[in-house]
Amino acid sequence: MLSFNGRMVALVVAIALLLISKTLANAGPFEDALVGLTTDSFSDTADAIEALTATGDPRTGPLLEALKDQQLLFSTEAKKVFIKDPTGRIVDAANGQAVATLPADIENVRLNNRVRGLLDAALGSLSLMAKEASQRLDAAQAVFKSRDAAALPNIDKALEKETDTRVRKALTEARAAIVLYSPDTNAGDKIAAISVIRDRGDQDALGLIDGLPPDLPPDVRKAAAAASGKIQSTLAIWNAVQNAWYGLSLGSVLLLAAIGLAITFGVMGVINMAHGEMVMLGAYTTFVVQEYIRAHNPALFDYSLFIAVPLAFAVAGLVGIAVERGIIRFLYGRPLETLLATWGLSLILQQVVRTIFGPTNKEVGNPSWMSGAFDLGGITITYNRLWIICFTLAVFVALLAMLRLTRLGLEMRAVTQNRAMAAAMGIRTARIDALTFGLGSGIAGIAGVALSQIDNVSPNLGQGYIIDSFMVVVFGGVGNLWGTLVGAFTLGIANKFLEPYAGAVLGKIAILVFIILFIQKRPRGMFALKGRAVEA
Amino acid sequence: MGAFPLTRLLDKASAIFLVLLAIFAIAIPTLNLLVPVSSGLHVSTYLVALFGKYICFAMLALSIDLIWGYAGILSLGHGAFFALGGYAMGMYLMRQIGSRGVYANPILPDFMVFLNWPELPLYWYGFNHFAYAALMIVLVPGLLAFVFGWFAFRSRVTGVYLSIITQAMTYALMLGFFRNNFGFGGNNGLTDFKDILGFSVQADGTRNALLVTSCIALALSFLICRGIVTSKFGKVLVAIRDAEARTRFLGYRVEAYKLFVFTLSACMAGVAGALYVPQVGIINPSEFAPGNSIEAVIWVAVGGRGTLTGAVLGAFVVNYAKTFFTTGWLSPYWLFVLGGLFIAVTLLLPRGIIGTFELRRTDKRNLSLSAEAPRAAE
Repeated sequence: MLSFNGRMVALVVAIALLLISKTLANAGPFEDALVGLTTDSFSDTADAIEALTATGDPRTGPLLEALKDQQLLFSTEAKKVFIKDPTGRIVDAANGQAVATLPADIENVRLNNRVRGLLDAALGSLSLMAKEASQRLDAAQAVFKSRDAAALPNIDKALEKETDTRVRKALTEARAAIVLYSPDTNAGDKIAAISVIRDRGDQDALGLIDGLPPDLPPDVRKAAAAASGKIQSTLAIWNAVQNAWYGLSLGSVLLLAAIGLAITFGVMGVINMAHGEMVMLGAYTTFVVQEYIRAHNPALFDYSLFIAVPLAFAVAGLVGIAVERGIIRFLYGRPLETLLATWGLSLILQQVVRTIFGPTNKEVGNPSWMSGAFDLGGITITYNRLWIICFTLAVFVALLAMLRLTRLGLEMRAVTQNRAMAAAMGIRTARIDALTFGLGSGIAGIAGVALSQIDNVSPNLGQGYIIDSFMVVVFGGVGNLWGTLVGAFTLGIANKFLEPYAGAVLGKIAILVFIILFIQKRPRGMFALKGRAVEA
Repeated sequence: MGAFPLTRLLDKASAIFLVLLAIFAIAIPTLNLLVPVSSGLHVSTYLVALFGKYICFAMLALSIDLIWGYAGILSLGHGAFFALGGYAMGMYLMRQIGSRGVYANPILPDFMVFLNWPELPLYWYGFNHFAYAALMIVLVPGLLAFVFGWFAFRSRVTGVYLSIITQAMTYALMLGFFRNNFGFGGNNGLTDFKDILGFSVQADGTRNALLVTSCIALALSFLICRGIVTSKFGKVLVAIRDAEARTRFLGYRVEAYKLFVFTLSACMAGVAGALYVPQVGIINPSEFAPGNSIEAVIWVAVGGRGTLTGAVLGAFVVNYAKTFFTTGWLSPYWLFVLGGLFIAVTLLLPRGIIGTFELRRTDKRNLSLSAEAPRAAE
């Protein structure tokens, strides 16, 4: 019996020991560090923050957040820390359990500026270990900017564990930035850091290297100078790429505005000064469509442009056909008179729109898929510009295919090349004239839909494009769609490459002067038609 | 000069025009200065300035008619020459302000003081002398036209292409003059004029004198144009207008003819602009706007292209209509009227008012003559 009792005692003691050891194990570094928060001393709090950060315990994050928001309570008596969560519930910071009865001596953990600074740094290094890769990336980039030497140990720790290559790169760069500016690192480390920064190769990297203090060892200085040169040449290349992109974007706008004109002026030989107003009509059609959708079915807003494109084509195309039947057909063979009459028409169309919609700019929204931007290497590409380039090329290809492959296209080309012969073959030339003009105007209307996304929609919208469009068509070569394409992109890119040197206005003047001189040299444009068509 | 060339120079219509212009030049100042304000016949100073403006526009129209009506050159940038003449005059008037400007700087115009220009730019030198300014009024537009025409006509840029590049020229100039660092006052242009040749530009006497001067300038330009179009030179111009290639094959140096008449026309436009500026009191870059040049072409079309008197008439009619419509409740409709005018004239009245009138008269006199309007070759 005794032996049984002895065994029982032994068991109880063993269990008790086990339990004690378990509680002891539970009181790990996190709990130890927590105690530092209960003394109501700033230096203890500061030490506790550092100790907590060093534990890497997942409970540290919410705890420090609560401290920052002044939601952290402590009791010196019970040596416990409590978090007041947003709902007002009070939980024990160590085990996360709700506390029913609070100790009597409960107080807020207080902060001063030094502790607040430490706290921010601690939170920053904590997010270096955050679960989300994007959070870690942000944190690493923040460290790169601040070059806070205190973050160095955390960066090293984070680097050990990091698996995401982008975050790793950001961390390495942040580390290099710290090393570069830290007075305690040796020349070899600094040179290694310079090469990391050099590979980053952007404006920030250049600023970092050019901003180095002058009192560095000569080999570090040499490496820095070499890296600075390297970065500058990388930047120059990206700058050129950026300009080329802007140029492509401007070129696509020019092409879009000019492509309808390439039909009416280039193919038919009609000087349509009201071409810009067809573009404006297209833009206003978009506005009306969007207003209707906003009022009746806002869910469709992202599709508004798909609805607007055919409508704008129809509106501008029908106006074009009416203009051809009402005015232009009486003026064939008298290009200068056509010019004046269509100029008058453009004044009337502007005034009509001004009377209906008012003289102010109208708000045309971007659908969600057209807003925003993304980074590609060293440049930023906005979605609306990208879509406009795609859209322009699509319109161009569709038009080319239409002229080449359809019956209507065939008849159009026939009438352009030899009107009398085409008529003799049974083509109703008057009808083809009207349809061709309608097609050119309709494409201008489509251009208006796209331009409404990047330009102000006002009655003067068209006037801004008319001179540029004529320049593109004349420069590219009349009667040649490919010439218009090349002309538009050449002028767009040339304009954007001139702008940084000459400024926007002087660049434009330079382009105009260039075209005036170019026309002297090649009066029929870059890709002039050869043979009999020239004389027509 | 015998009797025959004189009657050739002044046909009936021209004589009537010059007499009317003379009556106008005498009557308006008389009615403004000598007839008391209370009288119903009194012409207000506002009207004097307005008529002075019309006369300058008429001169611009005349210069366009000379090249478009007779040589077939449709310039859509003639407003640029007009504005350049105006700027030359404006620079003279700015220098005349002297130390009476807001900043009281005896040398620098106000806008230069405002923009912190340290000294007068070189191209502003000399404009304090009227003779030099007068020379520049003719020389600057003439030189630009000469250089522009030299390139354009030699490479045989004709028809619509020429129209488009003249438009590009005035557009480029407009963009340039809008810039502050061009040294012509940027957006605001030149204004706040005080004196011209020592007389206040605001005074009634000066305004009437300017009107009479404008009338004399218009009469002289008209006579020069008549002299050109009635001479053999003028016949060659018409030949170029109607069949450029054929004229060239006959041995005429087409580009030299065109260049001469284009430059002369630009000089005339410059003088018109110079007379315009003191009467309206301001010159700014919007005068370069392509729309202005195109509007001037429609004056000629309305009056009758290739008639000279028609250009003057057209400038008066259209500008009177503009004044009538843009003041008061009709103003929203002015662009409808102007636009409609462009369309109606080109469709229904291709020879303009005078041209249609003359056509009827010749028809009555000689029924066998074809009524078909002569078409300009492309």
